[in-house]
Amino acid sequence: MATPWWRNRQAFPWLMQALVGLVVLLLIAFLVGNLVRNLTAAGLLLSWHWLGQPAGFDIGESVLPFGAELPYWRGLLAGLANTLRAVIFGLIGATVLGTLAGMASFSSNGLLRRLVRLYVEVVRNLPLLLQLFFWYFVVFLSLPNGTDALQLPGVVLAKSGLYLAGLQNGLQWGGPQLVNGVWQAPLRMSVEFAALLTGLVVFSGAYIAEVVRGGLASVPRGQWEAAASLGLGWLASLRHVVIPQALRVIVPGLNSEYISLAKNSSLAVAVGYADLYSVAETTLNQTGRAVEVVILLLSAYLVLDLLISAAMKGINQLVQIRER
Amino acid sequence: MPSFRTLLKGLSALKGLSATALLVVPLGACAPDGGTGVQSQKLAAISSRGKLICGVEGTLPGFSYVEPDGSYSGLDVDVCKAVSAAVLGDSSKVEYRNLNSSERFAALASGEVDLLSRNTTNTLSRDAAGGNGLSFAPTTFYDGQGVMVPMASGITTLKDLAGKPICVESGTTTELNLADRMREQTIPYMPLKFQTSDQTYAAYLGGRCVAVTSDRSQLAGKRTSFPNPDQHTLLPVVLSKEPLSPATVNADPVWADAVRWTLHALMQAEEWGLTKATIDARLAEARADSNLADLRRFLGIEGDFGKQLGLPADFTVRAIRAVGNYGEIFDRNVGPGSKLKLERGLNRQWQDGGLIYAPPFR
Repeated sequence: MATPWWRNRQAFPWLMQALVGLVVLLLIAFLVGNLVRNLTAAGLLLSWHWLGQPAGFDIGESVLPFGAELPYWRGLLAGLANTLRAVIFGLIGATVLGTLAGMASFSSNGLLRRLVRLYVEVVRNLPLLLQLFFWYFVVFLSLPNGTDALQLPGVVLAKSGLYLAGLQNGLQWGGPQLVNGVWQAPLRMSVEFAALLTGLVVFSGAYIAEVVRGGLASVPRGQWEAAASLGLGWLASLRHVVIPQALRVIVPGLNSEYISLAKNSSLAVAVGYADLYSVAETTLNQTGRAVEVVILLLSAYLVLDLLISAAMKGINQLVQIRER
Repeated sequence: MPSFRTLLKGLSALKGLSATALLVVPLGACAPDGGTGVQSQKLAAISSRGKLICGVEGTLPGFSYVEPDGSYSGLDVDVCKAVSAAVLGDSSKVEYRNLNSSERFAALASGEVDLLSRNTTNTLSRDAAGGNGLSFAPTTFYDGQGVMVPMASGITTLKDLAGKPICVESGTTTELNLADRMREQTIPYMPLKFQTSDQTYAAYLGGRCVAVTSDRSQLAGKRTSFPNPDQHTLLPVVLSKEPLSPATVNADPVWADAVRWTLHALMQAEEWGLTKATIDARLAEARADSNLADLRRFLGIEGDFGKQLGLPADFTVRAIRAVGNYGEIFDRNVGPGSKLKLERGLNRQWQDGGLIYAPPFR
């Protein structure tokens, strides 16, 4: 007796898979078709030629040189470079701060432990946007200006930015100087960048501290005791015994904190730092190309986050236990 | 997640497009065309919704500002009220949306707001179908870009700003004019851009910038809300022409005409001396005297101007009753009767040497 087709163990699952696949494809086709149809009706069909036209706006602070006569794509690239600058320094700063704070939660000093707890709880429970406003409008914009600026040998902290001594044109050592009421120095960082970086480092640092604390807590107490019985000190136990085991727990957690930091950097626009989002917003306004600009923005942040994920996956493999 | 939210704001243009496309199909089919073949999806949508959604700045004294009691006031707000009175017969049936300069065009294009009355400069690329695709109504305020500095700074010309930070709102014509003027005179400068006018002026007042640039009317308006308004001064230089005009979308010419002629009516009313106080007396007079043909047509007693526009016959009367004529709106919000105390200047009627000129109602 032949089995009916719906009881056929080979054919039926395939049929169901094909059916679900077809429904998904139809849904995608409908959405894309709807988008194209409505964009055409509104005269907004995707076009990219505007990328090559002169931008007509300036960017205040830029790693890559940029001027109003350069095309839009150069502006977006300059914005991306500014974003990368904030993300890279942010990752380094947040990792250092978070690791120190996470380790300090195991300190034998009760005051230090409580201070770390306070830091983590306060920072984690306030919105990042508010924290950025606080750092920019309350802290950095309260700094004195011009000749009243805070001055140390080779370092000046003013309302306009942080100025450091360094090598300039040729190999001359130069310090910050006040020229015509404006500070000049070989190395400078605007207060907008400083506020963004401080905000990101402090915010992500609190989350990373918790990840590090969780990682260290996951190592059984016996490991500490075993290390101590071998004659290792606190730092040596931490370095050779505890951290290698804790890293397996810490690294996957770090991955998502790093990704969050990269995405959060787009809040730079709130404190006047010309990051990718800020430049894209100006571009969107001047060209009216909302859909194209948003597609570029989404792709840029997606690629950035995927790269961070890939790098963290590599690091994760390095810290796994290797069976011998 | 904040970064996600900011992205969503940009995407609202996309989302709205499909939403309006779905909504307007059934509405368009039953649009009240009054027998003249006048059809507008926007007018039909506003009538069935029972209120006008108007995009305004919201933080700019004299133009659009939220009063302590939560109501809106200003020249831009009165434009919304006049249009609402003309279309719906009630100037209070307006829902205001505060939009920053970066959001405004997406909000209009997506149909989130019906009318943009938000000190927006009329320019080629904003008007053109290949650009922002807006349709501009008559200019309600002829302005120019200015620069404000603290009096103590001693700055008097653009050259004095060389190498110094200047605060500017991003997504504005101001930003582009500043770049052009500085490039012409090869003055190096540092633009500091902020998303909203509140952030821009907070950074200026915080001393981060030595100057802030915007339309002269906006600078004068914002200055009234400073802690020490008399310690700030406008440089004599005018960087650009800024004809500030309300706008609608290109896609609905009937709706654009309705807004355009409601504004013309306010300007015509000033030319003929019709005011909020006298409109009812003049209406009675025109009803009684059939020789006042111009006035009778204008007030909708004769002819079918309202119908041709897809509006009620007495739309001019309703608008004037609600907010008064153009001159009254100007005086009340930005003129001598207000805190801003701006001169009429270019915004006088054409007979007085200004640029306010309504085409004939015929």
